[in-house]
Amino acid sequence: MLRIENIAKTFNPGTITEKVALTGLSLHLAPGEFVTVIGGNGAGKSTLMNSIAGTFFVDRGKIFIDGEDITRWPEYRRAKYIGRVFQDPMMGTAAGMMIEENLAIAERRGRRPTLAWSSSEEKRQEYRELLLSLGLGLEDRLESKVGLLSGGQRQALTLLMATMASPKLLLLDEHTAALDPKTAAQVLRITKTIVEGRNLTTLMITHNMRDALALGNRLIMMYEGRILIDVAGEEKKRLTVPDLLKMFEQAAGSEMTSDSLLLS
Amino acid sequence: MDLIIPTISQGLLWSVLAIGVYLTFRVLDVADLTVEGSFPLGAAVAASLLVAGWSPIPAIFVACFAGMLSGVVTGILTTKFKIPALLSGILTMIALYSVNLRVMGKANLPLLRIDTLFTQFGWISEDPQMVVFAVGLFVVLLIGVLCYWFFGTEIGAAIRATGFNPNMIRANGVNTDVTIILGLLLSNGLVAVSGALVAQSNGFADVGMGVGTIVIGLASVIIGEVLFGTASFWRCLISVVLGSVVYRIVIAVVLQMGMPPNDLKLFTAILVAAALALPLLQGKVKERRRRAVD
Repeated sequence: MLRIENIAKTFNPGTITEKVALTGLSLHLAPGEFVTVIGGNGAGKSTLMNSIAGTFFVDRGKIFIDGEDITRWPEYRRAKYIGRVFQDPMMGTAAGMMIEENLAIAERRGRRPTLAWSSSEEKRQEYRELLLSLGLGLEDRLESKVGLLSGGQRQALTLLMATMASPKLLLLDEHTAALDPKTAAQVLRITKTIVEGRNLTTLMITHNMRDALALGNRLIMMYEGRILIDVAGEEKKRLTVPDLLKMFEQAAGSEMTSDSLLLS
Repeated sequence: MDLIIPTISQGLLWSVLAIGVYLTFRVLDVADLTVEGSFPLGAAVAASLLVAGWSPIPAIFVACFAGMLSGVVTGILTTKFKIPALLSGILTMIALYSVNLRVMGKANLPLLRIDTLFTQFGWISEDPQMVVFAVGLFVVLLIGVLCYWFFGTEIGAAIRATGFNPNMIRANGVNTDVTIILGLLLSNGLVAVSGALVAQSNGFADVGMGVGTIVIGLASVIIGEVLFGTASFWRCLISVVLGSVVYRIVIAVVLQMGMPPNDLKLFTAILVAAALALPLLQGKVKERRRRAVD
């Protein structure tokens, strides 16, 4: 579904703030794979995510979705295939617009907007049922402005929006990092239900090793702009946090405290 | 008392400009200075066509189209060439000064004894001021309904979302360059229509009539929002129109009270600066009170 071939990205090349973020990274995701991504600060997790989403272009390498070369596609064009939830709960929704309007925009993701009126009673009924599935009581608040919702509610809504127009690939960029532990757990539960229920090909960055182990059917750990560890299936199921740390030390040849991963 | 109708009429004609400014300043979240050039552009184009013997309604449509083009220029400068929106607007505004002189052939084009929109609808009332009022009201209602419809459509929703959160709307597959250009196009089209109407009501187009229009537009938007609320898009449109009328009334009152007309722009600028600073000052006062309680 997603094929990344040897991509590299350096920010501000040739200046004192030069930052090598990705160094020849390749990755292949089969349809329905749910991959969790971990790694310390500056490992290149977010750069990988943004490279796929098209926030910027990579310096070299190629990115394919479903066999189509999207390497030079602008961000808005890739949105046809990609659903995204950002770390910042403010990023994924339009605060000044109603829940209903946000959902209507998400439902049209990747389709050219027309001069048709944006909402209808039929749609509203559909939205109510979708919101009901979140179990957050949002189904009665279609006309509330999204800015009135809590961070957790906004992330859950963004998740719903990102998956409404069935994406070929779902990108979750530390989407629970800005939430309190209880809300984060709730949003993760919703994530699991949606992704596994609909068998969505998903890439989820997390700063929490336990979440990375508990969710998904494949795990990759990034280090200095490349993939260091890649485990899937039964092997991943048996993995524990100490196992991961040991694997990291062997692969990277340096020691990592669990803190620097958990808390970064 | 006999000043009330003309004052409200002026407010209505200028409220079309205010709606245009609202579309950029609030909906798109950019301060677009193109307005200072597209307002006299609309006046210049309409006046020149009227002098050349065109009938008023087609002349206003051409003026609107010219205004839209100027909005597109600013839009391309800011989206395709990444020039900050404020500077893009200033560049177009300055360029339009020359364009407007070329359109008119001179700095001031009188419309004496020339058929305008308001003489054409002279049958409405004996009193020319009532005609301006009626025509102005009709035009504003028409534009208000069209705006409400358009911003409720999928494209309109995409433009509004661009102003609130460009990241979000890009992630949903919309090219924000297009929505920004479209927003500036609509805004400046309306501003040019306002210029065309004001020129016909005043009986002349002048190359200098754009000076300060952005501030007048902002004053109308802010007064409207403060006095009449912003609960929904429809409510915002009504607020902006009423804000424009109230602004004209305020101006008429201070002039009656003896303020020299030359100080008008100073007065308007202070009014807008104060209104824009108000939320921050209120916050500071609250903060200080809270600290005092603690």
